[in-house]
Amino acid sequence: MTVMQHVWIVLGVLFVLLNIAAGLIWLERRMLAVWQDRLGPNRAGPLGILIVLADTLKLFFKEDWIPPFADKGIFVLAPAIVVGSVLMTFVIIPFSPHIVVADLNVGILFFLAMSSLGVYSIVLGGWASNNKYSLLGALRGASQMISYEVFMGLSLMGVVMLTGSFSLGDIIAAQKNVWFVFTQPLGFIIFLIAGIAETHRLPFDIPEAESELVAGYHAEYSGMKFGMFFIGEYLGITMISAMTVVLFFGGWAGPSFLPPVLWFTIKTFAFILLFILLRASLPRPRYDQLMEYGWKILLPLVLVNLMVTGAVALWLRGG
Amino acid sequence: MLDADNILQLLQQRFATDSFTEQRTVDGIPTIWVPGMKIVPIVQFLKSNLPQPYQMLYDLSAIDERNRTKREGQPAADFTVVYHLYSFDRNSFVRLKLPLQGEYPSLPSIHEVFRNANWYEREVYDMFGIRFNGHPHLERILMPLTWQGHPLRKEHPARATEMGPFKLWEEKEVIEQDALEFKPEMWGMQRQTEDADFMFLNIGPQHPGTHGVLRIVLQLDGEDIVDAVPEIGFHHRGAEKMGERQSWHTYIPYTDRVDYLGGVMNNLAYLLSVEKLAGIEIPDRAKVIRVMLCELFRISSHLVWFGTFAQDVGQLSPVFYMFTDREKVFDIVEAICGGRMHPNWFRIGGVAQDLPNGWEKLVRDFVDYFPKKLREYNNMVIRNSLFKARTKGIGIYSLEEAIEWGITGAGLRACGLEWDFRKKLPYSGYEMFDFDIPIAQNGDCFDRAIVRVEEMRQSVRIIEQCLNQMPAGNYKADHPLTTPPIKKHTMEDIETLITHFLNVSWGPVIPPGEAMSCIEATKGANSYYMISDGNTSAYRSRIRTPSFPHMQMVPYISKGYTVADLLAILGSVDYVLADIDR
Repeated sequence: MTVMQHVWIVLGVLFVLLNIAAGLIWLERRMLAVWQDRLGPNRAGPLGILIVLADTLKLFFKEDWIPPFADKGIFVLAPAIVVGSVLMTFVIIPFSPHIVVADLNVGILFFLAMSSLGVYSIVLGGWASNNKYSLLGALRGASQMISYEVFMGLSLMGVVMLTGSFSLGDIIAAQKNVWFVFTQPLGFIIFLIAGIAETHRLPFDIPEAESELVAGYHAEYSGMKFGMFFIGEYLGITMISAMTVVLFFGGWAGPSFLPPVLWFTIKTFAFILLFILLRASLPRPRYDQLMEYGWKILLPLVLVNLMVTGAVALWLRGG
Repeated sequence: MLDADNILQLLQQRFATDSFTEQRTVDGIPTIWVPGMKIVPIVQFLKSNLPQPYQMLYDLSAIDERNRTKREGQPAADFTVVYHLYSFDRNSFVRLKLPLQGEYPSLPSIHEVFRNANWYEREVYDMFGIRFNGHPHLERILMPLTWQGHPLRKEHPARATEMGPFKLWEEKEVIEQDALEFKPEMWGMQRQTEDADFMFLNIGPQHPGTHGVLRIVLQLDGEDIVDAVPEIGFHHRGAEKMGERQSWHTYIPYTDRVDYLGGVMNNLAYLLSVEKLAGIEIPDRAKVIRVMLCELFRISSHLVWFGTFAQDVGQLSPVFYMFTDREKVFDIVEAICGGRMHPNWFRIGGVAQDLPNGWEKLVRDFVDYFPKKLREYNNMVIRNSLFKARTKGIGIYSLEEAIEWGITGAGLRACGLEWDFRKKLPYSGYEMFDFDIPIAQNGDCFDRAIVRVEEMRQSVRIIEQCLNQMPAGNYKADHPLTTPPIKKHTMEDIETLITHFLNVSWGPVIPPGEAMSCIEATKGANSYYMISDGNTSAYRSRIRTPSFPHMQMVPYISKGYTVADLLAILGSVDYVLADIDR
C-alpha cells in the first residue's frame, strides 16, 4: 500500500467511527423507545435521525464551563483521554481483509493496554471535578474497570492459545473453519460481561448510577467536554462489539454475496443492539455485588477455561 | 363507651387519683384528659403494663385552644397536646389529652417511651412553640430554621398578604444559606474517628433518587452509611393551617394534594371525619362509588411506586409500561370525575355526580386487562434475580420495630402482621367486599414490594365487585349539611332558599365536636382529626399521614448499608413528599 492509501484508511476509519458514535445516540434513543412503548425522537428529519445533528450542535454551542473549584488542567484532560484511548484501539481492528490501519503482531495486548488507559479518564475526571458524587463515581469506576480488565485479559488468552498469535489478522484467519464462539463459549461470555463492565453500561453503569450518584464522575461536565465522555462511551460500545466480532465471530468473514466490510458491520451492530437491549431490560447490581461477582465467579471460571483450553490444545498438538 | 370507662378506671386505679376526666366525642374514640406532668408514666403504663397494651403511638399533635368557644366540660387549657395511641390487640384507639396553660408552655417528652414521638414532638414545637423537656433535638422540622413564629398558633397569619411582601436581600440570603448548612456536631455526629474521616454527603434536596424535595445528609465511611439525617419540610404548604381558613367544603381540593398520588382517597379520609361530626349517613351507592375510585387510585399510586422502585435499582423500562397502564386508570378517573390526579370529586355526604353512562365498559375493560399486565410486570421485575439481589435482606425491620416507629400499610404487613384498616376498622362500606390482605414475613425491601404488588391484585378484585354489585340509589345523602346543598325545594319555599343560599355562599356550619377518621390509604394509615367549633370552617384540622413516621424510620433502617441500598430502601418505603410535609 502506498502512503496515501494509508492516510485515506486512517481518515476514513476516523470519519466513519465518529459518525457511528454520533449515530448511536439516535439509534439508542430510538431502540429504547421501541422497547419501552414510546416514540422516541421523531421530529428532526426522517425517523428523527437529525437529532444527532441537533444534539451535536447543541453541545458545541453550550457554554464551556469549568467549575471554579475544579482542578482545571486535569478537568480538561480527562474527557480527551477517553476518546483518545478508545480511538487508538480501533487502529488494530480489521474491518475487512484490506481495511486495517495497522495489523500489529501484539494486537490484543495493544487493545488491553489502551482500554486500561480509559480508566484514567474516569478517575481523573472524577477527582478533578472536586465533587463528592464525582469522587464516589470515580472510585467505583476505578475498581470496577481495573478488576474487570483482569477477566477480560484472561478470557482472551484461550483465543490466543488456539491461534498461537496476538495478531487480530491471524485470529480471524484461524476462525476460517469454526468461529471461536463455538470453541471458546465461556471465554466469549466472560469477555462480553467484562466488556460491558469496561464500557460501564447498564447493568454495570455503577460509576455513573443515575439514581444514586446523579451522574457520577461526569456530574460537573457540560458542553462538548461532556460530549466527549458521551462519544467515548459510544465508541467504547462500538469497540467492544467490534472486538467481540473479530475475536469470536470470525471478523469480516461471511458468505460471499455480501462484501466483507458489510458482514463486519452487520455483526458489530448486532452486538451494539444487544448492549442497548441490556440497558432496556436489566436492573443494576450493587457495587460490592459486582466486585464479588467478578472475583468469586468470573475469575475461577476464566482460570478453568484457560486450563482446559491449554490442556486440549496441548493434547491436540501432541496427537 | 365501655372501653373508655374501662381505661379510665384502670388509669385511676394505677395512678391513685381522680384527676382523669373523660370527654365524649362523636367518633367513639375513648378520650381522656390526663394531668400534665404524669404523661410519661401514663403513656408507659398504657404501652407496657396493660393486659392488651396500646403499642403504637399513632399520632401526636396539639390544639391552640385560646380562641375556642365551645368546649364545655373540658379542663381549662390554652393549649392541648393530643396523643393518639393504638392497640392492635383491642383494635382500638385511645386519645389522651393534656391541658397546658400559658403562652409558651412546656411538658415532658415521651420520646423514650415511643421512638417515633421524636419527630411528632419537633413538629408540635415547630407549629405551636410548645417545648418538650428532655427531647434530644428539639429543633424546627417543617419550617426553615430562620422562621419567626409558630404557624399553627392562632395569632400567626394564614395568608401571605397578611405578612408583608417577601424580600430576600443579600445578608438575609447569606443567613438563610448558613442555616441550611449541615453541622454534624449539632446532631452529635463526629467528623472523624481514629481510623476514618467521614464524608458528609447531601442526598437532595435536588436528587433523582429522592422522588421529590427531600434532603438526606449521610455520614459515610467509604460508601457505608454510618448515620443519616433526613431533612424534610421543603414541600410544606401549610395544609393544616389552610383547613382553619377554608370552609368545610372548599378544603376538599386541598386534601387531594396531600398524598398527591392518592387522589380522591385523601378526600375520603377528610370527609369521613366531617361526616362523623355532621352525623351524615352515606347512601350505599355513594359508598361503593367511593370505594371503587379509591381502589383505582390505589392501583395508580402503586403503579407509580412499582415503576420508580424498579428505576431506583437501575431498571429503566418498567416505569414506562407502568405509566402507560396508569394512564388507563386515569382514563377511567377522567371519564368519571373530569380530573385526573386531583379530581376533587368527593363531597360532604357523597360524591359530586352520578357515574356517567358507559362507565361499566371502561371499568370492565380495565379489570379484564390489568391482571395480565400485572403478571407480566411480576416476571419482569419481581422475579428478576438482579432485582432480588438488590432488595432481599436490605432495609430489614422487625414487627416490634415497625410498631415502635408507627409504621402502617404495606411496610407493616411486610413484617408478617395481617393488618389492614379496611378489614379491621371497616369504613365506607369496605365490610361489604371480599378481599384478602397480602402479607410477607421478612420486612425487607423485597417483601414490601411483593405485598404492594399483591395489593394491586386485591384492588382489582374489589373494583370487580363494585362493578358487579353497584347498588342503585342516590349518589349523595339527603341531609341539610351536604355540599353542594340540595336544591330540590328552593324555588318553592323561602326558608329552603335561604338555607341553600347560606350553605352555598358561606358553606355548611358543622356542629361543634371532634372526630378522627382512619383509612387505609395508599401508603398506610391516613387520618384527619377535625375539630369544629360550630363554624363554617374547622377550628383545627390535623392530618396524620403515613409517610411522616415512615420517613422518620429511614435513618434507623439504613445504617450499615451502602448508598446504593439507601435508594432501594427509599424506594421500598414508598413515601410522597407532600404526604410527609403537608
